[in-house]
Amino acid sequence: MKLKAFLLSFIILMLIWLLLTGTFDLPMLLTGAISAAIISLILCSRCTIFKGLKLTPAAFFYTIVYLFVFLYELIRSNLDVARRVLSPSLPINPGIVDVKTRLKSPMARMILTNSITLTPGTLTVDIEDDTLFIHWIDVSSEDREEATKKIVNRFENIISKIYD
Amino acid sequence: METLQTIGAFVVLAGSIFIFLGALGLVRMPDVYNRIQAGTKASTLGTLLTLVGLIMIMPAWWNKFLLLAIFVIITNPVSSHVLARASHAAKIRLSKKTVTDHYETYKKEKEEKAHGVKS
Amino acid sequence: MIDTILMISLGFIGLAMLLTLFRFIKGPSVSDRVVSFDILTISSLALISILALNFGRVIYMDVALVYGLLSFLGVIIVARYLEKGI
Repeated sequence: MKLKAFLLSFIILMLIWLLLTGTFDLPMLLTGAISAAIISLILCSRCTIFKGLKLTPAAFFYTIVYLFVFLYELIRSNLDVARRVLSPSLPINPGIVDVKTRLKSPMARMILTNSITLTPGTLTVDIEDDTLFIHWIDVSSEDREEATKKIVNRFENIISKIYD
Repeated sequence: METLQTIGAFVVLAGSIFIFLGALGLVRMPDVYNRIQAGTKASTLGTLLTLVGLIMIMPAWWNKFLLLAIFVIITNPVSSHVLARASHAAKIRLSKKTVTDHYETYKKEKEEKAHGVKS
Repeated sequence: MIDTILMISLGFIGLAMLLTLFRFIKGPSVSDRVVSFDILTISSLALISILALNFGRVIYMDVALVYGLLSFLGVIIVARYLEKGI
């Protein structure tokens, strides 16, 4: 468990270093590897954020699917908000509703809330156990089940395949 | 090559229009939560589109543009969520158009419960 | 052709920054000002990237990265202060 977290954070830091420098020179690679190893040792030797991550080909496949679903939702809802901003009467109907999530691991919850926040029209205000409080620009139903179905489910179904 | 660069330039233009719309939303919306909604996220998509277009124009620099895009995607939702929660904690009012506020009722219930245990 | 379109994009981003600055000066509460500060930074990230392409210097992208990092930290700290004091 410990080794998995260390290796994952090392790989992520190394990828960032490669993107930042953009070369494969030996001195640069060595510098990056040493710094990444030290940072992972200090910060991630007993961190829990990778708990529940599945490392299977299916999970990898669903990560790609998730990226495309996310991009589609991002563009679609951005166009929706642009329409609202441009129309002269400002047709908004805001409010804060609460929804439930069935995801357990902290990283999965972080991905879910970040996705909800990044698609316009919904903004995560707080999370308390398994209840998310969401500011919604166009409240169509105050009921918890209805709101859960409308906001959370489209992302949750895919994330639950990547994380336990 | 030339056509790809032209398409990239138009993608950059679309991104800058989204940034402009975000700023317009920031001016027009009635309260701070709606401003966060309209502002931060439209400009996030705008910046992403700009970076994608720049990658099309200048493929040699793809690593820096991609790093900036990942950085923007990860940090922006975090900062907008933190701002929204801080505004609610600082008791900044929601606009008059607001329909419902379940968060406020939840906070009140929690406070009453804590009070009851104490007394 | 491409240069002209990039110039028009720069104009749009400049207009957006002016509008944001208006909200920054007027904004009734502190949160409004912090939000406009955040959006000013994001627009400048796009602005700096386009300018880096225009001047042909890749080093400007590092400036954009560090700028984004610093502004993110600033927003988090101000929000924390608003919530419960530092």
